[in-house]
Amino acid sequence: MINKLVRNAEQALLGTSNNMTFMFGGFGLSGIPENIIKALSKKDIFGLTCISNNAGVDNFGLGLLLKRKQIKKMISSYVGENEEFERQMISGELEVDLIPQGTLAERCRAGGAGIPAFFTPAGFGTEVQEGKEVRVFNGKPHILESALTADFAFVKAWRGDAAGNLIFKGTARNFNPLMAMAGKITVAEVEELVPVGKLDPNQIHTPGIFVQRIFEGDYYEKRIEQRTVRKKE
Amino acid sequence: MSLDKNQIAQRIAQELQQNMYVNLGIGIPTLVANYIPKDIDIEFQSENGVLGMGPFPYEGEEDPDLINAGKQTITTLPGAVLFDSATSFAMIRGQHVQLTVLGAMEVSENGDIANWKIPGKMVKGMGGAMDLVASAENIIVAMMHTNRFGESKILKKCNLPITGVKCVKKVVTNLAVLEVTENGFKLLERAPGVSVDQIKNATEAELIVIGEIPEMEL
Repeated sequence: MINKLVRNAEQALLGTSNNMTFMFGGFGLSGIPENIIKALSKKDIFGLTCISNNAGVDNFGLGLLLKRKQIKKMISSYVGENEEFERQMISGELEVDLIPQGTLAERCRAGGAGIPAFFTPAGFGTEVQEGKEVRVFNGKPHILESALTADFAFVKAWRGDAAGNLIFKGTARNFNPLMAMAGKITVAEVEELVPVGKLDPNQIHTPGIFVQRIFEGDYYEKRIEQRTVRKKE
Repeated sequence: MSLDKNQIAQRIAQELQQNMYVNLGIGIPTLVANYIPKDIDIEFQSENGVLGMGPFPYEGEEDPDLINAGKQTITTLPGAVLFDSATSFAMIRGQHVQLTVLGAMEVSENGDIANWKIPGKMVKGMGGAMDLVASAENIIVAMMHTNRFGESKILKKCNLPITGVKCVKKVVTNLAVLEVTENGFKLLERAPGVSVDQIKNATEAELIVIGEIPEMEL
């Protein structure tokens, strides 16, 4: 067994520096690496390119890094929940690359799987197509999209072990397994670190080979963006 | 009487068929789940990674690890399954999801849809909409016939940046059910009490009207 265990978020961030490209798992605020983001927001590193489906909200998630202007460029599919984001984008302080969600997921997967580019129908005939090669397969036009990788990929899992094996819970899985594959250094924070051998090998979502560092998070707020309930009849 | 949002959803629910996998967008489309005909089995897919989505949770039973693509708390039904975002879009791009219901700002007579960006005003991103419209076999748009300035959203050509080309099959609005044909919008049904002329007046695109147009049955 190769031991990937680090003590905490600070130690997991060793080697991060200005102008790096980071990936962050999560959809909305669900399944985001809360402890890593908090630790990054206390570090003096700037000029970051961040790849994440969303950009957090004003005072939580990636919103914390936006507030300190640590992010130079965001690569996302949907960024509608954050006023500071909108302000920085409109004023030109923040570069933004918006790409279709399925394309974003596949670009991360491809990056981790050694596939440099692929054709997809998503975005054909739209602004997303601009500057990209178009080819027709089975009578349908597709556009060429390139793979994404990152200096660091930060993911969050439900359970994990020192070998880096991960199990996710609910819809908090989302982009996490794909980004775990695409990081030069992948850091996983988990709600519960379990002894090696305790996870059923049949049930592991992300094999430890994709993970370089792992630690148990101190605390998870798990904020809900749209609490929606029904009344008991 | 033009329809309200719930009635638009109710009319769209009539398009659901036995054993369909369906993706519902944010807004009016989400309401479709409230009107599934009792005698048919449907599974709802949400692109953030769940198939077999159930109703909203009871108060106190919300789980932050269980949300839909609109970031609302949800529940799962027996037989549900959870997966990552690449698998989710494999279901969508690979046409395993049979019906997509989406909201829109504009639809044009060749089936183009615009629903992701208003230049200079709203730039929130396309989310999964571009992947959905590029691949779904059947796309139904749920929207109001006109915008809040009374201008038609049913157009000869979209003015806003488009989300996808030649993809919409049907449009259900507060006034009418329209089918996108090779020759343009064909009027299929009227909202109860709404005349063909009222629909024509609210529509910028040409309408193909053949014979008597029935009222929607709700």
